[in-house]
Amino acid sequence: MSGRRLRRPRAWTTGIFVLAGLFFLVPMIAAFKFALVQTSNGKYGFNNFTQVVDSSSIRGPLITSLEIAGITAVIVLVLMVPTVVWVRLKLPRLSLLMEGVTILPIVIPPVVLAAGLIQLQGHAPSWMAGLFNSPVTALTPFYVVLALPFTYRALDTGVRAIDLHTMVDAARNLGANWPTLLWRVVLPNIKTAVLGAAFLAIAMVLGEVVIAEFLLYQTLPTEMVQLGQAQGGVSTALSLLTIWFTFLLLMGLSFLGSRRRGTTTRARFL
Amino acid sequence: MNGASAGAGVVFDGVQRYFGDVTALAGLDLEINPGELVALLGPSGCGKTTALRILGGFEKPSSGTVTVGGRDVTTVPAHKRDMGMVFQAYSLFPNMDVRTNVAFGLRMRGATKADRSKRADELLELVGLTGTGDRYSGQLSGGQQQRVAIARALAIEPTVLLLDEPLSALDARVRHQLRAEIRSIQQRLGITTLFVTHDQSEALSMADRVGVMRDGRLEQLDTPENVYRHPATTFVAEFVGAMNRVPGRIGEDGDVVVLGQRVPTVPGQPGVEYAPGSAVEALLRPEALQALPDAGGPGEISERTFLGSAVRLKVNLDGGQEIVVEAPSHGTDLPLGARVGLKVVVDRVVVANPGTPTVALSPAPA
Amino acid sequence: MATTVAEQAAAPIGPAAHKRRGGRRVRGDWLGVVPFFAYVLVFMGLPLYEVLHGAFTNAHGGLTFSNFSATFDYAQYPAAFKSSIILSVWTAAVGAVFGTWLAAAVLTTSPRNPLRRIVSSASGVFAYFGGVPLAFFFIASLGTTGMVTLFLKNQLGIDLYAHGFTITSVFGIGLAYCYFQVPLMVILITPALEGLRPQWREAVQSLGGSQWSYLRHVALPVLAPSFLASLLVLFGNSFAAYATALALVNGTVSLVPSQIQATLNGNVLVGQTGVGLALGVEMIVVIAVVMVLYGAVQMWARRWQQ
Repeated sequence: MSGRRLRRPRAWTTGIFVLAGLFFLVPMIAAFKFALVQTSNGKYGFNNFTQVVDSSSIRGPLITSLEIAGITAVIVLVLMVPTVVWVRLKLPRLSLLMEGVTILPIVIPPVVLAAGLIQLQGHAPSWMAGLFNSPVTALTPFYVVLALPFTYRALDTGVRAIDLHTMVDAARNLGANWPTLLWRVVLPNIKTAVLGAAFLAIAMVLGEVVIAEFLLYQTLPTEMVQLGQAQGGVSTALSLLTIWFTFLLLMGLSFLGSRRRGTTTRARFL
Repeated sequence: MNGASAGAGVVFDGVQRYFGDVTALAGLDLEINPGELVALLGPSGCGKTTALRILGGFEKPSSGTVTVGGRDVTTVPAHKRDMGMVFQAYSLFPNMDVRTNVAFGLRMRGATKADRSKRADELLELVGLTGTGDRYSGQLSGGQQQRVAIARALAIEPTVLLLDEPLSALDARVRHQLRAEIRSIQQRLGITTLFVTHDQSEALSMADRVGVMRDGRLEQLDTPENVYRHPATTFVAEFVGAMNRVPGRIGEDGDVVVLGQRVPTVPGQPGVEYAPGSAVEALLRPEALQALPDAGGPGEISERTFLGSAVRLKVNLDGGQEIVVEAPSHGTDLPLGARVGLKVVVDRVVVANPGTPTVALSPAPA
Repeated sequence: MATTVAEQAAAPIGPAAHKRRGGRRVRGDWLGVVPFFAYVLVFMGLPLYEVLHGAFTNAHGGLTFSNFSATFDYAQYPAAFKSSIILSVWTAAVGAVFGTWLAAAVLTTSPRNPLRRIVSSASGVFAYFGGVPLAFFFIASLGTTGMVTLFLKNQLGIDLYAHGFTITSVFGIGLAYCYFQVPLMVILITPALEGLRPQWREAVQSLGGSQWSYLRHVALPVLAPSFLASLLVLFGNSFAAYATALALVNGTVSLVPSQIQATLNGNVLVGQTGVGLALGVEMIVVIAVVMVLYGAVQMWARRWQQ
């Protein structure tokens, strides 16, 4: 099929690129400018950015958030990868129910979930009450639930893309037991999906503020909001760093993914 | 519906198409007579599809002109050219039923709903799909979809019909069936047609003339028989069926001695040295040779492939050359390793100087 | 479920095997999904139960509908609902229109163009993780001393704040929401746009139709279900969002999530948590309706799938 060179850019494509460029870059530039203004002397400098690492009031919540993010990602994968594989292999009829269940965290707005959690915090069953003592143990289990929609979809897509049945049958035929099978056969083949799911979970945790705020814990996002009232510059610097970090994560993920598929098309419909 | 010669003549004059440093068409000169079906045949990337798309107006040539019915259409946009186009696949509009699809072109021309419906139904009957007007493309098989596509293209009574590998995505059986039907419709309506394909049996069986293309150039344009029997270049010889080039020597009275036999040559090939004694190569198709069991023969069967109606044999000559021979499958059964002799079974053979392409004669002899 | 080594070695492979094994539904198979469902039951079910329970319970622990009637009686709640819905509608519309426009433009560029990768990653970032950072970006641009505010005031003589605009109003929040609605639309509509086959456009042209005919008769009708479905997702997304508003505004706004927080903080009257939970249930109902409509639209879209 003969390829086509890029046509001269049309008015309607240039138009939206300019508009979108303005709309999305201007606030970032404004934020960057704002973050460069040091609170101490009002002049430009990277003070606010370095404060992110130096400031003890930030470091604590930052570490807490990173801990939560890491543990959440691990629990999500440990819970979801075997489940997704199992459903696909043995209980395909259940996939509709799975889709429904994993959609629920989206149907229930975080605000509402948070409201419910406050109540739960108030009168939790004894075995659960201990969880609420620290932010890590309190938030992680529920963040796992919040991460379900993204991660289930990512993993399900990854598993659908490989011929699971044949692979598993071949491995079983050669004598592999279930743990070996999962670890050595299935996992390496859905690497991209697993990484994607993990990244999404981590990015989600680093940004979740509603539940953490309601339950009065101190995580990175709540600290950012707190600082926002007082030291806008540091908060803004932190926001920029978070966004850039997440952006780099996703870009990196897109390189991983495209090496496998390489499907992108150049649309000739418009 | 019109009768014969509803078509217009098409002329490609020096048409070139470049993409940066890639040459899709290196200068195409092609004339299609009114009512004629010309098939462009060649491997992927040879430029046949580009030529078709330029004729349809979907691409603009880098240089050269395209004339249809005496009118220069090089700069006319696609939707103003009066041409019907049938794509390889997926071209039916999914949001419309079959009848609406077929009638679409008429709608663009402002026909009334009643007229459109009537004409659409007529065309569906022409392509053998009476009664399917209310179905959607998703409910049709590949072959049926292509019939609808053909009906849709014909609905606007185009002067030129363009077919871009319309059968390539279909099953073998459906392909054979549709081949004959397309040809018959085309002849009945007398529409000038350009048909692009990489399948040589399609081209040979359907076309009035076949144009074999390679790397953006037309290597030979001639009737199917001539392209097959008198290939102009080695590429054509080998692309359209297999071809053996067997060394031989010109004998007295212009015959060639090849494989131990004297065979009359096709005379008058420009550039070929017909003087007795000169070394030439005889161009022999696999079916022009017969393998006979001969314990003292010059060749040995090295490969045997059963094709159903024929058997393809590879014979290794003692001199080292490999000859491909095709035999009917009910003939003598020759196993692997059998010693054979080869007999030339055609009454005249084309020769060429060793290592050079032949030049097509015009007009070519029978 | 115990099988001997011999049985395992002799087990047939491939789809045929599953037909045979599937005949007797092995009870053990269900065990595999127990961990997942148990986890979800506890960690999603319990909070959900608390919400439902609290919404229907009065201060003394008895069953009541008074919380729900309160959500209609006190003016600020219906007002907040109206506000939230209007906000969700217009941010969904803006997101849908500009998002589709942007997605279409991106798809006309060459696949090797780095712009594509950048737009796709950036869309993911803003669509899903905007929240708090977004608020700060907007304060920096459109706050009282924001870069854009000052530019408009000093260079163009337009004083936004004098005209009553403020970034902390519902409208200001909505403007910030567009920042993640547009990218979300790009993500949602791109697969549908990629599904538009080039043959359709060329077929229309060969039949005498212009680019506009193609859009009108083929492209837009084929895109319509996906567009509508995405619009619904955008609506739900905006309606349920709160992170940005929380970071932007220090007090209470006329949006449902904010009202819920107010009741829980005791900012209104003490002991109004039941009302807050009732509001929560009502939010769930709205989203559930949206999801049902979404499902219906998807089924309509499937009608034409090849």
